[in-house]
Amino acid sequence: MLSVTEHKEIEFSANLISKFEEIVTRYPEGKQKSALLPILHLVQAEYGWVSPEAMDKIAAFLQIQAIEVYEVATFYTMFFMRPQGKFVLEVCRTGPCCLVGAEKIMHHIEKTLGVKEGEVTADGNFSWRGVECLAACGMAPVLQIGPEYTFHENLTEESVDKLIENLKNKI
Amino acid sequence: MSDKVKVTIDGITVEVEPGTSILNAARQIGGDIVPPAMCYYSKLEGSGGKCRTCLVKVSKGSEKDPRPMPKLVASCRTGVMDGMEVQNITSPEVIEARKGVVEILLINHPLDCPVCDQAGECHLQDLSYEHGVADTRYEFDRRTFEKIDIGDKIQLHMTRCILCYRCVYVADQITDNRVHGILGRGDASEISTYIEKAIENDFSGNVIDVCPVGALTDKTFRFKNRVWFTKPVDAHRDCPKCKGKVTLWYKGEEVLRVTGRKDQYGEVEDFICNTCRFDTKNTSDWVIEGPRHISHTSVISSNHYEMTLLPVIKENPILIEANKIEFDRATKV
Amino acid sequence: MARKLLLENINVPGIHTFDVYRQHGGYRSVEKALKTMTPDAVVEEVKTSGLRGRGGAGFPTGMKWSFLAKPEGIERYLVCNADESEPGTFKDRYLMTHIPHLLIEGMIVSSFALGAKTSYIYVRGEMMPQIRILERAIAEAKNAGFLGKNILGSGYDLELYVQPGGGAYICGEETALIESLEGKRGNPRIKPPFPAISGVWACPTVVNNVETIAAVVPIINDGGEEYSKVGNGRSTGTKLISASGNLNKPGVYEIELGLPVEEFIYSEEYCGGIANGKRLKAVVAGGSSVPILPANLILKTINGQPRLMSYESLSDGGFQTGSMLGSGGFIAFDEDQCIVRNTWNFARFYHHESCGQCSPCREGTGWMEKVLHNLENGHGKMSDIDLLVDVSKKIEGNTICPLGDAAAWPVASAIRHFRDEFEWHITNSKTAMEQNYGLAKYADPLPKLEEAIQN
Repeated sequence: MLSVTEHKEIEFSANLISKFEEIVTRYPEGKQKSALLPILHLVQAEYGWVSPEAMDKIAAFLQIQAIEVYEVATFYTMFFMRPQGKFVLEVCRTGPCCLVGAEKIMHHIEKTLGVKEGEVTADGNFSWRGVECLAACGMAPVLQIGPEYTFHENLTEESVDKLIENLKNKI
Repeated sequence: MSDKVKVTIDGITVEVEPGTSILNAARQIGGDIVPPAMCYYSKLEGSGGKCRTCLVKVSKGSEKDPRPMPKLVASCRTGVMDGMEVQNITSPEVIEARKGVVEILLINHPLDCPVCDQAGECHLQDLSYEHGVADTRYEFDRRTFEKIDIGDKIQLHMTRCILCYRCVYVADQITDNRVHGILGRGDASEISTYIEKAIENDFSGNVIDVCPVGALTDKTFRFKNRVWFTKPVDAHRDCPKCKGKVTLWYKGEEVLRVTGRKDQYGEVEDFICNTCRFDTKNTSDWVIEGPRHISHTSVISSNHYEMTLLPVIKENPILIEANKIEFDRATKV
Repeated sequence: MARKLLLENINVPGIHTFDVYRQHGGYRSVEKALKTMTPDAVVEEVKTSGLRGRGGAGFPTGMKWSFLAKPEGIERYLVCNADESEPGTFKDRYLMTHIPHLLIEGMIVSSFALGAKTSYIYVRGEMMPQIRILERAIAEAKNAGFLGKNILGSGYDLELYVQPGGGAYICGEETALIESLEGKRGNPRIKPPFPAISGVWACPTVVNNVETIAAVVPIINDGGEEYSKVGNGRSTGTKLISASGNLNKPGVYEIELGLPVEEFIYSEEYCGGIANGKRLKAVVAGGSSVPILPANLILKTINGQPRLMSYESLSDGGFQTGSMLGSGGFIAFDEDQCIVRNTWNFARFYHHESCGQCSPCREGTGWMEKVLHNLENGHGKMSDIDLLVDVSKKIEGNTICPLGDAAAWPVASAIRHFRDEFEWHITNSKTAMEQNYGLAKYADPLPKLEEAIQN
């Protein structure tokens, strides 16, 4: 169970709320819970993770119990329950990618960033993890970077170095 | 009124209302042919289908469409059809699958029965005794969690949980708001409130009664005594919140705990409120009806397990072979 | 060149835009269906075509559509399954990225056939770029009058929305997908009731794969009869094959069903042979869930007949010596690949993706992964091999949804065909950490039936 030591009140922006409201119109009257996954994505894109306070606010907006949001957010692997690096490199680690060197790429990223899977670099800029099949096996090895989920294919150690350099320049 | 439908389970035919599940049809017959159920609870809508201990073989789909069903089905969630024929303990395939389910349910169970308050009235204990094998082939660390108090009356020991979802259905259907649920996924799923929260409402204590194992226990009874040393007595009181029909569990003159009245399948007759369960533990609070009938095979009445040999198996050499372990154990007694 | 029904215009510059797509004959099937056909006539065409679901199960689409309940006054829904997550499969990503309007067009015609007024495309959350592509395409189509109220003056109204998933393989199972669309955990439902009776929000629902929906377009344009002439026997039409692993030219190929496997792997038109001049050791032909076959049995059936890329030929010999077409995820393994390591990798995948609802899958997938991890890392025992087979049997067929089978088959089939390699890992655990077992007898000759089934 998560122990929350710090309680930060958050307020969704008017822009975010208006996006929530548009999403709710996609479903029949009274079925607004269907908006939960799209809303979680929007919230994560805004804050970098999904905090308990954010989930409570989402529950209030959708008029559902907070536990219903916790249940859903913890089921799906895309939602971060803890703060992450500014850029999260998600490398596919499933069979077809491993046939052409995904494990080597993960070792390389670990060495380059200097942090283990799931950890955040000291400057708060990077974290990385292995994820299951990203459905791009023909372009393997691959990785993606949220919140836009830009996609990087046919990775080599060199192309990963270049990618990390480019990201550093964006900071 | 619709006509009743005929279903045959292990050679015994019964007529039931249309829409009845195979499991409930079997319960109408009663006895050895009733499949065990760890997650299904007749008073909780949507429950069942998950534990897979009640799997049976449908050898004939119905009179209209006699084809057998291709896979074993969960009897708790499969409706009977007119003319359906079902095999439970007469099917070696079912016995084998059930043995597998029991083994799988136990690989991550702590087997801490000697220190578990549920011992003696634990469905997993009964199930493994009747259908399991003595040895495990699992050689890895078992999944563990910290014990958590959810409120001052209920303890959650997730390590023992088999994820039957019954307590979640109770919170959804019996209480006015649900604060606990299933978090995470796969074998990392857990019952939790996510952020530490007490479960506080008038009917929350029912999660203890529906829990088939010792994952949710009554803190007011914790380590007070073994259930088989206590005497169950049916009693009632005028309660403004619930029907007030309970079982009191006595040790000498003292009421150690209060539970709902459970039937032979471990289901309560009525859900009871927390006042009856936790706050009225004097004999003077209650009108005593008499001793609770407990099955003679239960550890609560006999202090030890014994098992009568399944009559169908006894007469069938193939089944004797398929149930060798149970057979040996039963014939030893 | 073989006939292309879906990807014919894939290389036309700008085909992802409405205007270019339309110039190349796009949305003709919508005009034809809405202006000249009844919904039932569309269903009949699809039945005639013999189209089978392209998501993996291969169930006849027309029949699935005809099961849809149509009670008065209750909405019906079409949901497109774009949760493509089966390892080895990436055809839907390809189609949605490059020719999104083909899917939109298929959705309009299919929704019309089923009488759905609102339809959803459920796309796995990781495919955010594709979600944006589809949303743009939907806006374009709506702008041109192919979506919204009174489409082409036919009186038919349709709204189409894209719904993102959140990262869960299990949501590719249709009832888990429906739960997810309702904003819940992706726990598969216990069936019956089937979605055709009670699906999303308890309304009658059809769930179809992206490629299935796309195939409706050529079926309506050319007629079901024409479509059924393409392909081989009961495997009608074309199929998108996602080719990956150690191939010279991995990628998505549209093949006419019935193409010989050997031609698919080695011809220049398709995969161009095994990469780096290596030899083929094994193939997983239909996505990670289907049984793995050694090179000899993927190229030929046990009777020595050439193996074809079709539903029937790939399953020839049953699970003893055959496999399945599945979703068309074709993964090739060269002689340097370790089958034990790959089996562990797949087992980890299914363990990670099990929803945890029913006990055999929740506990059994983790058990298999742990045993395989031991085997791969030099801590295995001979008894582990039979234990794995036994645990896989305890899962197979005993779960709520097909994920249990999908987790059991790769393990059982790897041991069935590569038992020698598993045993070698145990008897030579040190060597196995440094080098691979190699090709052994897996490419040649074709085993005798008795040998193939001894495991």
